[in-house]
Amino acid sequence: MPQQVVRLGIAFAVLAIVFTAVRQTLVPDTFGEAGHYRAAAVDSIEAYPLQYAGHEACATCHRPSAEKKSTSNHSGVSCEVCHGPAAEHAAAPGSVKPPAPRERGFCPMCHGYNASRPSGFPQIDPVAHNPTVPCMTCHDPHAPEPPVIPGACRACHGQIASQKAVSHHATLPCLTCHEAPDEHKATPRLVRPDKPDTRDFCGSCHAEAAASPSHIPRIDMSTHGDGYLCWQCHYPHHPEAE
Amino acid sequence: MVSPANGRDRESRATFETVDRRDFLWEALKASLGVPIALGVVRVPELCGMQEESDAGAERIYGMGIDIRKCIGCGRCAQACKNENDVPDEPYFFNTWVERYVIRGDGEVVVDSPNGGIDGFPPIAEEGGTLRTFFVPKLCNHCEEAPCVQVCPVGATFVTADGTVLVDEEYCIGCGYCVQACPYGARWFDPEKHVARKCTFCYHRLAKGKVPACVEVCPTSARLFGEVGHRANPLARFLRFNEIQVLKPHLNTKPKVFYANLDGEVR
Repeated sequence: MPQQVVRLGIAFAVLAIVFTAVRQTLVPDTFGEAGHYRAAAVDSIEAYPLQYAGHEACATCHRPSAEKKSTSNHSGVSCEVCHGPAAEHAAAPGSVKPPAPRERGFCPMCHGYNASRPSGFPQIDPVAHNPTVPCMTCHDPHAPEPPVIPGACRACHGQIASQKAVSHHATLPCLTCHEAPDEHKATPRLVRPDKPDTRDFCGSCHAEAAASPSHIPRIDMSTHGDGYLCWQCHYPHHPEAE
Repeated sequence: MVSPANGRDRESRATFETVDRRDFLWEALKASLGVPIALGVVRVPELCGMQEESDAGAERIYGMGIDIRKCIGCGRCAQACKNENDVPDEPYFFNTWVERYVIRGDGEVVVDSPNGGIDGFPPIAEEGGTLRTFFVPKLCNHCEEAPCVQVCPVGATFVTADGTVLVDEEYCIGCGYCVQACPYGARWFDPEKHVARKCTFCYHRLAKGKVPACVEVCPTSARLFGEVGHRANPLARFLRFNEIQVLKPHLNTKPKVFYANLDGEVR
Protein backbone atom coordinates (compact mmCIF):
# COMPACT_ATOMS: atom_id res chain seq x y z
CA MET A 1 0.00 0.00 0.00
CA PRO A 2 1.34 3.43 -0.85
CA GLN A 3 2.99 5.25 2.03
CA GLN A 4 0.88 8.39 1.97
CA VAL A 5 -2.36 6.38 2.00
CA VAL A 6 -1.10 4.49 5.05
CA ARG A 7 -0.25 7.75 6.84
CA LEU A 8 -3.61 9.22 5.92
CA GLY A 9 -5.30 6.04 7.06
CA ILE A 10 -3.58 6.24 10.46
CA ALA A 11 -4.58 9.88 10.84
CA PHE A 12 -8.23 9.06 10.02
CA ALA A 13 -8.21 6.08 12.36
CA VAL A 14 -6.86 8.19 15.25
CA LEU A 15 -9.47 10.90 14.56
CA ALA A 16 -12.23 8.31 14.43
CA ILE A 17 -11.14 6.74 17.72
CA VAL A 18 -10.92 10.14 19.45
CA PHE A 19 -14.33 11.15 18.06
CA THR A 20 -15.95 7.89 19.18
CA ALA A 21 -14.42 8.15 22.64
CA VAL A 22 -15.55 11.78 23.10
CA ARG A 23 -19.01 10.91 21.83
CA GLN A 24 -19.27 7.95 24.17
CA THR A 25 -18.48 10.12 27.18
CA LEU A 26 -20.60 13.15 26.25
CA VAL A 27 -23.78 11.53 24.92
CA PRO A 28 -25.72 9.97 27.80
CA ASP A 29 -26.95 6.37 27.75
CA THR A 30 -30.26 5.74 26.00
CA PHE A 31 -30.09 9.13 24.20
CA GLY A 32 -31.70 8.83 20.81
CA GLU A 33 -33.37 5.47 21.37
CA ALA A 34 -36.86 6.93 21.03
CA GLY A 35 -36.10 10.42 19.68
CA HIS A 36 -33.81 13.35 20.34
CA TYR A 37 -33.86 12.76 24.10
CA ARG A 38 -32.78 10.37 26.83
CA ALA A 39 -35.27 7.50 26.74
CA ALA A 40 -34.48 6.73 30.39
CA ALA A 41 -35.84 10.18 31.40
CA VAL A 42 -39.39 8.99 30.66
CA ASP A 43 -38.96 6.10 33.09
CA SER A 44 -37.60 8.32 35.85
CA ILE A 45 -40.50 10.80 35.38
CA GLU A 46 -43.00 7.93 35.47
CA ALA A 47 -41.48 6.80 38.77
CA TYR A 48 -42.40 10.01 40.67
CA PRO A 49 -44.45 9.22 43.77
CA LEU A 50 -48.23 9.84 43.82
CA GLN A 51 -49.70 12.39 46.23
CA TYR A 52 -53.37 12.18 45.23
CA ALA A 53 -54.70 8.63 45.44
CA GLY A 54 -57.81 9.35 43.34
CA HIS A 55 -61.45 9.00 44.38
CA GLU A 56 -61.62 5.34 43.32
CA ALA A 57 -59.04 4.50 45.97
CA CYS A 58 -61.10 6.27 48.69
CA ALA A 59 -64.31 4.44 47.71
CA THR A 60 -62.79 1.00 48.30
CA CYS A 61 -62.80 1.60 52.09
CA HIS A 62 -65.16 4.56 52.64
CA ARG A 63 -68.11 3.05 50.82
CA PRO A 64 -70.97 4.69 52.81
CA SER A 65 -69.62 8.23 52.33
CA ALA A 66 -68.79 7.56 48.68
CA GLU A 67 -72.27 6.21 47.95
CA LYS A 68 -73.97 9.06 49.77
CA LYS A 69 -71.89 11.56 47.83
CA SER A 70 -72.40 9.82 44.48
CA THR A 71 -76.08 10.82 44.29
CA SER A 72 -75.70 14.28 45.85
CA ASN A 73 -74.96 17.74 44.52
CA HIS A 74 -71.29 17.04 45.30
CA SER A 75 -71.15 13.89 43.18
CA GLY A 76 -68.55 15.44 40.90
CA VAL A 77 -66.40 16.71 43.78
CA SER A 78 -63.51 14.34 44.42
CA CYS A 79 -62.81 13.38 48.08
CA GLU A 80 -59.33 14.91 47.97
CA VAL A 81 -60.64 18.37 47.03
CA CYS A 82 -61.63 18.86 50.68
CA HIS A 83 -59.58 16.17 52.47
CA GLY A 84 -56.29 16.95 50.72
CA PRO A 85 -53.81 14.61 49.04
CA ALA A 86 -54.33 11.16 50.55
CA ALA A 87 -51.96 8.74 48.81
CA GLU A 88 -50.02 8.34 52.05
CA HIS A 89 -53.24 7.65 53.93
CA ALA A 90 -54.23 5.06 51.31
CA ALA A 91 -50.87 3.33 51.76
CA ALA A 92 -50.97 3.42 55.58
CA PRO A 93 -54.60 4.02 56.65
CA GLY A 94 -53.89 3.56 60.35
CA SER A 95 -50.98 5.93 60.82
CA VAL A 96 -51.72 8.83 58.43
CA LYS A 97 -55.05 10.62 58.73
CA PRO A 98 -56.17 13.18 56.15
CA PRO A 99 -57.65 16.44 57.47
CA ALA A 100 -61.37 17.23 57.45
CA PRO A 101 -61.70 21.03 57.16
CA ARG A 102 -64.37 22.54 59.38
CA GLU A 103 -63.40 26.20 59.48
CA ARG A 104 -65.77 28.70 57.89
CA GLY A 105 -63.15 29.92 55.48
CA PHE A 106 -62.96 26.63 53.60
CA CYS A 107 -66.34 26.23 51.88
CA PRO A 108 -66.41 29.84 50.58
CA MET A 109 -63.33 29.04 48.46
CA CYS A 110 -65.92 27.61 46.09
CA HIS A 111 -69.22 29.00 47.45
CA GLY A 112 -68.29 32.55 48.46
CA TYR A 113 -69.79 35.15 46.16
CA ASN A 114 -67.47 36.16 43.33
CA ALA A 115 -68.69 38.17 40.38
CA SER A 116 -66.54 36.15 37.97
CA ARG A 117 -68.13 32.81 38.89
CA PRO A 118 -70.73 31.32 36.55
CA SER A 119 -74.04 32.88 37.56
CA GLY A 120 -75.90 29.60 38.23
CA PHE A 121 -73.31 28.39 40.74
CA PRO A 122 -74.60 28.42 44.36
CA GLN A 123 -72.88 31.28 46.21
CA ILE A 124 -73.30 33.07 49.52
CA ASP A 125 -71.87 36.16 51.15
CA PRO A 126 -69.67 34.62 53.92
CA VAL A 127 -69.94 37.79 56.02
CA ALA A 128 -73.73 38.02 56.01
CA HIS A 129 -74.59 34.30 55.81
CA ASN A 130 -75.06 32.96 59.38
CA PRO A 131 -71.81 34.37 60.73
CA THR A 132 -69.78 32.31 63.26
CA VAL A 133 -71.71 29.09 62.56
CA PRO A 134 -69.61 26.36 60.90
CA CYS A 135 -71.04 25.42 57.49
CA MET A 136 -71.39 21.77 58.57
CA THR A 137 -73.94 22.72 61.22
CA CYS A 138 -76.59 23.18 58.53
CA HIS A 139 -75.06 21.58 55.39
CA ASP A 140 -73.80 18.00 55.05
CA PRO A 141 -70.72 18.26 52.81
CA HIS A 142 -71.24 14.70 51.50
CA ALA A 143 -74.84 15.48 50.51
CA PRO A 144 -75.32 19.24 50.49
CA GLU A 145 -78.80 20.54 49.88
CA PRO A 146 -79.85 24.10 49.20
CA PRO A 147 -81.53 25.59 52.32
CA VAL A 148 -84.84 25.46 50.49
CA ILE A 149 -85.75 22.90 47.85
CA PRO A 150 -86.11 24.95 44.67
CA GLY A 151 -89.76 25.67 44.12
CA ALA A 152 -91.90 28.25 42.36
CA CYS A 153 -89.93 30.35 39.86
CA ARG A 154 -86.57 29.05 41.07
CA ALA A 155 -87.38 25.45 40.12
CA CYS A 156 -86.92 26.33 36.46
CA HIS A 157 -85.11 29.69 36.53
CA GLY A 158 -82.35 28.65 38.94
CA GLN A 159 -79.61 30.58 37.17
CA ILE A 160 -81.55 33.85 37.32
CA ALA A 161 -82.56 33.17 40.94
CA SER A 162 -78.94 32.50 42.02
CA GLN A 163 -77.78 35.66 40.35
CA LYS A 164 -80.56 37.79 41.77
CA ALA A 165 -79.90 36.38 45.24
CA VAL A 166 -76.52 38.13 45.40
CA SER A 167 -77.60 41.33 43.64
CA HIS A 168 -79.05 44.60 44.92
CA HIS A 169 -82.46 43.25 43.90
CA ALA A 170 -82.13 40.18 46.18
CA THR A 171 -85.15 41.07 48.32
CA LEU A 172 -87.53 41.69 45.42
CA PRO A 173 -89.82 38.71 44.64
CA CYS A 174 -90.02 37.76 40.96
CA LEU A 175 -93.67 38.78 40.90
CA THR A 176 -92.79 42.37 41.76
CA CYS A 177 -91.74 42.88 38.13
CA HIS A 178 -93.25 39.87 36.30
CA GLU A 179 -96.90 38.98 36.07
CA ALA A 180 -97.02 35.19 35.72
CA PRO A 181 -100.42 33.62 34.92
CA ASP A 182 -101.05 30.19 36.47
CA GLU A 183 -101.11 28.67 32.97
CA HIS A 184 -97.39 29.49 32.69
CA LYS A 185 -96.62 26.60 35.05
CA ALA A 186 -98.58 24.13 32.88
CA THR A 187 -97.54 25.36 29.45
CA PRO A 188 -94.49 27.55 30.07
CA ARG A 189 -93.82 28.34 26.41
CA LEU A 190 -97.37 29.03 25.36
CA VAL A 191 -98.21 31.38 28.21
CA ARG A 192 -95.30 33.58 29.13
CA PRO A 193 -94.89 36.01 32.02
CA ASP A 194 -94.63 39.63 31.03
CA LYS A 195 -91.80 42.11 31.51
CA PRO A 196 -92.18 45.72 32.60
CA ASP A 197 -93.18 47.65 29.48
CA THR A 198 -92.94 51.20 30.76
CA ARG A 199 -90.06 53.32 32.00
CA ASP A 200 -92.22 54.51 34.83
CA PHE A 201 -92.30 51.01 36.33
CA CYS A 202 -88.60 51.19 37.25
CA GLY A 203 -89.09 54.88 37.90
CA SER A 204 -91.47 54.08 40.75
CA CYS A 205 -88.35 53.29 42.79
CA HIS A 206 -85.52 54.94 40.83
CA ALA A 207 -87.00 58.26 39.67
CA GLU A 208 -85.82 61.36 41.48
CA ALA A 209 -89.30 62.03 42.87
CA ALA A 210 -90.01 58.42 43.88
CA ALA A 211 -91.18 57.70 47.43
CA SER A 212 -88.70 54.83 47.93
CA PRO A 213 -85.96 54.74 50.63
CA SER A 214 -83.16 57.23 50.07
CA HIS A 215 -80.34 54.67 49.60
CA ILE A 216 -81.87 53.49 46.33
CA PRO A 217 -80.01 55.02 43.36
CA ARG A 218 -81.91 57.81 41.57
CA ILE A 219 -81.88 58.93 37.99
CA ASP A 220 -83.40 61.82 36.11
CA MET A 221 -85.95 59.93 34.00
CA SER A 222 -86.50 62.90 31.66
CA THR A 223 -82.90 63.04 30.38
CA HIS A 224 -81.56 59.49 30.98
CA GLY A 225 -81.79 56.94 28.16
CA ASP A 226 -84.78 58.48 26.45
CA GLY A 227 -86.54 56.12 24.03
CA TYR A 228 -85.40 52.89 25.67
CA LEU A 229 -86.97 50.70 28.30
CA CYS A 230 -84.72 50.46 31.36
CA TRP A 231 -84.06 46.70 31.01
CA GLN A 232 -82.85 47.14 27.44
CA CYS A 233 -79.60 48.57 28.89
CA HIS A 234 -79.61 47.43 32.54
CA TYR A 235 -79.87 43.79 33.67
CA PRO A 236 -82.50 43.87 36.45
CA HIS A 237 -81.55 40.45 37.87
CA HIS A 238 -78.10 41.83 38.64
CA PRO A 239 -78.26 45.60 38.16
CA GLU A 240 -74.78 47.03 37.67
CA ALA A 241 -75.44 50.71 38.25
CA GLU A 242 -73.96 51.98 41.52
CA MET B 1 13.81 14.58 -23.13
CA VAL B 2 15.04 11.87 -20.82
CA SER B 3 17.78 12.44 -18.23
CA PRO B 4 19.76 9.56 -16.69
CA ALA B 5 18.18 10.13 -13.27
CA ASN B 6 14.72 9.48 -14.69
CA GLY B 7 15.31 5.78 -14.69
CA ARG B 8 14.72 5.57 -10.94
CA ASP B 9 11.72 7.88 -11.12
CA ARG B 10 10.12 5.66 -13.66
CA GLU B 11 10.72 2.69 -11.43
CA SER B 12 9.08 4.19 -8.36
CA ARG B 13 6.22 5.71 -10.37
CA ALA B 14 5.36 2.23 -11.52
CA THR B 15 4.43 1.23 -7.96
CA PHE B 16 2.03 4.24 -7.62
CA GLU B 17 0.32 3.89 -10.94
CA THR B 18 -2.57 1.75 -9.54
CA VAL B 19 -3.96 4.82 -7.65
CA ASP B 20 -4.23 8.04 -9.65
CA ARG B 21 -5.62 11.27 -8.22
CA ARG B 22 -9.12 10.82 -9.65
CA ASP B 23 -9.51 7.29 -8.28
CA PHE B 24 -8.10 8.30 -4.89
CA LEU B 25 -10.61 11.14 -4.48
CA TRP B 26 -13.46 8.96 -5.62
CA GLU B 27 -12.56 6.16 -3.22
CA ALA B 28 -12.08 8.66 -0.35
CA LEU B 29 -15.51 10.21 -1.02
CA LYS B 30 -17.17 6.80 -0.91
CA ALA B 31 -15.33 5.88 2.27
CA SER B 32 -16.26 9.18 3.98
CA LEU B 33 -19.95 8.49 3.40
CA GLY B 34 -19.64 5.34 5.46
CA VAL B 35 -17.83 7.02 8.36
CA PRO B 36 -20.89 8.66 10.05
CA ILE B 37 -22.75 5.35 9.99
CA ALA B 38 -19.71 3.50 11.33
CA LEU B 39 -19.35 6.03 14.16
CA GLY B 40 -23.03 5.91 15.04
CA VAL B 41 -23.79 9.57 14.23
CA VAL B 42 -26.41 8.57 11.67
CA ARG B 43 -28.50 5.47 12.13
CA VAL B 44 -29.58 3.28 9.27
CA PRO B 45 -33.26 3.13 10.35
CA GLU B 46 -33.44 6.94 10.31
CA LEU B 47 -32.04 6.99 6.77
CA CYS B 48 -34.65 4.48 5.67
CA GLY B 49 -37.49 6.51 7.26
CA MET B 50 -38.33 3.85 9.83
CA GLN B 51 -38.29 6.41 12.66
CA GLU B 52 -41.34 8.20 11.24
CA GLU B 53 -43.27 4.95 10.99
CA SER B 54 -42.78 4.19 14.67
CA ASP B 55 -44.06 7.70 15.57
CA ALA B 56 -47.19 7.28 13.48
CA GLY B 57 -47.97 4.09 15.37
CA ALA B 58 -48.22 5.90 18.75
CA GLU B 59 -50.85 4.22 20.90
CA ARG B 60 -52.44 7.42 22.19
CA ILE B 61 -52.09 11.19 22.14
CA TYR B 62 -53.07 12.84 25.43
CA GLY B 63 -55.04 16.09 25.59
CA MET B 64 -57.05 18.21 28.03
CA GLY B 65 -60.38 19.99 27.71
CA ILE B 66 -61.33 23.08 29.75
CA ASP B 67 -64.85 24.51 29.88
CA ILE B 68 -64.62 28.20 30.82
CA ARG B 69 -68.31 28.36 31.77
CA LYS B 70 -67.83 25.70 34.45
CA CYS B 71 -64.74 27.20 36.10
CA ILE B 72 -65.55 28.78 39.48
CA GLY B 73 -62.00 30.02 40.08
CA CYS B 74 -61.57 28.12 43.36
CA GLY B 75 -57.89 27.50 42.57
CA ARG B 76 -57.99 23.90 43.82
CA CYS B 77 -56.26 22.79 40.60
CA ALA B 78 -53.29 25.08 41.21
CA GLN B 79 -53.02 23.92 44.82
CA ALA B 80 -53.31 20.23 43.88
CA CYS B 81 -50.64 20.66 41.22
CA LYS B 82 -48.26 22.14 43.77
CA ASN B 83 -48.96 19.24 46.16
CA GLU B 84 -48.60 16.56 43.51
CA ASN B 85 -45.56 17.84 41.66
CA ASP B 86 -43.53 19.30 44.51
CA VAL B 87 -43.72 22.84 43.14
CA PRO B 88 -42.36 25.36 45.69
CA ASP B 89 -45.03 27.57 47.31
CA GLU B 90 -42.78 30.61 46.92
CA PRO B 91 -41.54 32.23 44.79
CA TYR B 92 -44.71 32.25 42.79
CA PHE B 93 -44.17 29.62 40.13
CA PHE B 94 -46.96 27.43 38.79
CA ASN B 95 -47.43 24.52 36.41
CA THR B 96 -51.09 25.50 36.25
CA TRP B 97 -52.83 28.63 37.50
CA VAL B 98 -56.17 30.42 37.21
CA GLU B 99 -56.49 33.86 35.64
CA ARG B 100 -59.41 36.19 36.25
CA TYR B 101 -60.45 38.26 33.25
CA VAL B 102 -62.42 41.45 33.86
CA ILE B 103 -63.56 43.22 30.71
CA ARG B 104 -64.68 46.74 31.53
CA GLY B 105 -67.35 48.77 29.83
CA ASP B 106 -64.76 50.98 28.16
CA GLY B 107 -63.07 47.91 26.61
CA GLU B 108 -60.18 47.76 29.04
CA VAL B 109 -59.20 44.16 29.87
CA VAL B 110 -57.81 43.52 33.36
CA VAL B 111 -56.21 40.13 34.03
CA ASP B 112 -55.01 39.08 37.46
CA SER B 113 -53.99 35.84 39.13
CA PRO B 114 -52.97 36.49 42.75
CA ASN B 115 -50.92 33.47 43.88
CA GLY B 116 -52.30 31.56 40.90
CA GLY B 117 -55.82 31.79 42.32
CA ILE B 118 -54.97 29.47 45.24
CA ASP B 119 -55.99 32.00 47.91
CA GLY B 120 -59.06 33.22 46.03
CA PHE B 121 -59.62 36.52 44.26
CA PRO B 122 -60.24 39.91 45.88
CA PRO B 123 -63.49 41.68 44.96
CA ILE B 124 -63.40 43.46 41.61
CA ALA B 125 -62.67 47.17 42.02
CA GLU B 126 -65.64 49.17 40.72
CA GLU B 127 -67.72 46.10 39.97
CA GLY B 128 -70.36 48.27 38.36
CA GLY B 129 -68.10 49.06 35.40
CA THR B 130 -67.73 45.40 34.49
CA LEU B 131 -68.97 44.18 31.12
CA ARG B 132 -67.94 40.52 31.36
CA THR B 133 -65.86 38.59 33.83
CA PHE B 134 -64.81 34.94 34.03
CA PHE B 135 -61.95 32.63 35.01
CA VAL B 136 -59.46 30.99 32.65
CA PRO B 137 -57.36 28.08 33.96
CA LYS B 138 -54.02 27.90 32.19
CA LEU B 139 -51.24 25.35 31.91
CA CYS B 140 -48.72 24.02 29.41
CA ASN B 141 -50.53 23.43 26.12
CA HIS B 142 -48.35 20.43 25.23
CA CYS B 143 -47.96 21.81 21.72
CA GLU B 144 -47.48 19.45 18.83
CA GLU B 145 -44.99 21.98 17.39
CA ALA B 146 -43.57 23.07 20.72
CA PRO B 147 -41.28 26.14 20.55
CA CYS B 148 -39.61 25.08 23.82
CA VAL B 149 -38.55 21.76 22.30
CA GLN B 150 -37.14 23.48 19.23
CA VAL B 151 -34.91 25.83 21.22
CA CYS B 152 -33.52 23.32 23.72
CA PRO B 153 -29.82 23.02 22.83
CA VAL B 154 -29.26 19.63 24.45
CA GLY B 155 -32.49 17.68 23.93
CA ALA B 156 -33.51 17.92 27.58
CA THR B 157 -37.03 19.02 26.58
CA PHE B 158 -38.81 16.58 24.38
CA VAL B 159 -42.15 15.32 23.12
CA THR B 160 -42.93 11.74 24.11
CA ALA B 161 -44.60 9.27 21.76
CA ASP B 162 -47.96 10.12 23.40
CA GLY B 163 -47.59 13.83 22.70
CA THR B 164 -46.64 15.01 26.20
CA VAL B 165 -43.90 17.63 26.48
CA LEU B 166 -41.51 16.70 29.29
CA VAL B 167 -38.25 17.98 30.79
CA ASP B 168 -35.36 15.65 31.55
CA GLU B 169 -34.27 17.26 34.82
CA GLU B 170 -31.06 15.25 35.01
CA TYR B 171 -29.96 16.41 31.57
CA CYS B 172 -31.24 20.03 31.56
CA ILE B 173 -28.34 22.50 31.63
CA GLY B 174 -30.51 25.35 32.93
CA CYS B 175 -29.94 27.78 30.07
CA GLY B 176 -33.53 29.01 30.27
CA TYR B 177 -34.09 29.31 26.51
CA CYS B 178 -37.31 27.31 26.78
CA VAL B 179 -38.67 29.66 29.47
CA GLN B 180 -38.30 32.53 27.01
CA ALA B 181 -39.52 30.55 24.01
CA CYS B 182 -42.84 29.45 25.51
CA PRO B 183 -45.55 31.81 24.19
CA TYR B 184 -47.91 30.73 26.99
CA GLY B 185 -45.64 31.50 29.95
CA ALA B 186 -46.08 27.93 31.07
CA ARG B 187 -42.43 27.26 31.94
CA TRP B 188 -40.51 28.39 34.98
CA PHE B 189 -37.00 28.06 36.31
CA ASP B 190 -36.66 26.05 39.51
CA PRO B 191 -34.46 28.15 41.83
CA GLU B 192 -33.45 25.10 43.88
CA LYS B 193 -32.85 22.45 41.23
CA HIS B 194 -31.55 24.99 38.65
CA VAL B 195 -33.51 23.33 35.86
CA ALA B 196 -36.49 24.39 33.76
CA ARG B 197 -39.78 22.90 34.92
CA LYS B 198 -43.31 22.67 33.58
CA CYS B 199 -46.60 20.78 33.61
CA THR B 200 -46.14 17.11 32.73
CA PHE B 201 -49.87 16.26 32.46
CA CYS B 202 -48.90 14.42 35.69
CA TYR B 203 -47.10 11.86 33.57
CA HIS B 204 -46.37 9.72 36.64
CA ARG B 205 -50.12 9.53 37.34
CA LEU B 206 -50.98 8.65 33.75
CA ALA B 207 -48.49 5.78 33.94
CA LYS B 208 -50.49 4.42 36.89
CA GLY B 209 -53.83 4.80 35.14
CA LYS B 210 -54.90 7.97 36.95
CA VAL B 211 -55.88 11.39 35.62
CA PRO B 212 -53.76 14.52 36.30
CA ALA B 213 -54.14 15.96 39.81
CA CYS B 214 -55.82 19.16 38.56
CA VAL B 215 -58.47 17.10 36.76
CA GLU B 216 -58.93 14.85 39.80
CA VAL B 217 -59.71 17.76 42.14
CA CYS B 218 -61.69 20.05 39.81
CA PRO B 219 -65.02 20.24 41.69
CA THR B 220 -67.12 21.36 38.71
CA SER B 221 -65.53 19.12 36.05
CA ALA B 222 -64.38 22.24 34.21
CA ARG B 223 -61.25 20.27 33.35
CA LEU B 224 -61.30 16.85 31.76
CA PHE B 225 -58.63 14.60 30.36
CA GLY B 226 -58.51 12.10 27.55
CA GLU B 227 -57.01 11.06 24.27
CA VAL B 228 -57.13 13.03 21.04
CA GLY B 229 -58.60 11.10 18.13
CA HIS B 230 -60.17 8.23 20.08
CA ARG B 231 -63.97 8.30 20.08
CA ALA B 232 -64.78 6.58 23.35
CA ASN B 233 -63.28 8.88 25.96
CA PRO B 234 -64.27 12.08 27.78
CA LEU B 235 -62.15 14.39 25.66
CA ALA B 236 -63.66 13.10 22.41
CA ARG B 237 -67.15 13.83 23.74
CA PHE B 238 -66.00 17.28 24.87
CA LEU B 239 -64.58 18.00 21.41
CA ARG B 240 -67.77 16.83 19.69
CA PHE B 241 -70.32 18.78 21.74
CA ASN B 242 -68.54 22.09 22.26
CA GLU B 243 -67.22 24.83 20.06
CA ILE B 244 -63.50 24.55 20.64
CA GLN B 245 -60.74 27.12 20.64
CA VAL B 246 -57.05 26.93 21.49
CA LEU B 247 -54.84 29.72 22.82
CA LYS B 248 -52.82 31.75 20.27
CA PRO B 249 -53.75 29.63 17.24
CA HIS B 250 -51.90 32.07 14.94
CA LEU B 251 -48.58 30.79 16.29
CA ASN B 252 -49.22 27.33 14.75
CA THR B 253 -48.01 25.60 17.88
CA LYS B 254 -50.96 23.16 17.64
CA PRO B 255 -51.87 23.03 21.35
CA LYS B 256 -53.47 19.94 22.89
CA VAL B 257 -55.28 21.90 25.60
CA PHE B 258 -58.73 22.69 24.19
CA TYR B 259 -61.03 25.41 25.53
CA ALA B 260 -64.81 25.56 25.28
CA ASN B 261 -66.69 28.87 25.62
CA LEU B 262 -63.48 30.86 25.46
CA ASP B 263 -63.89 34.63 25.23
CA GLY B 264 -62.23 36.44 22.33
CA GLU B 265 -60.29 38.65 24.75
CA VAL B 266 -58.33 35.73 26.23
CA ARG B 267 -54.67 35.74 25.26
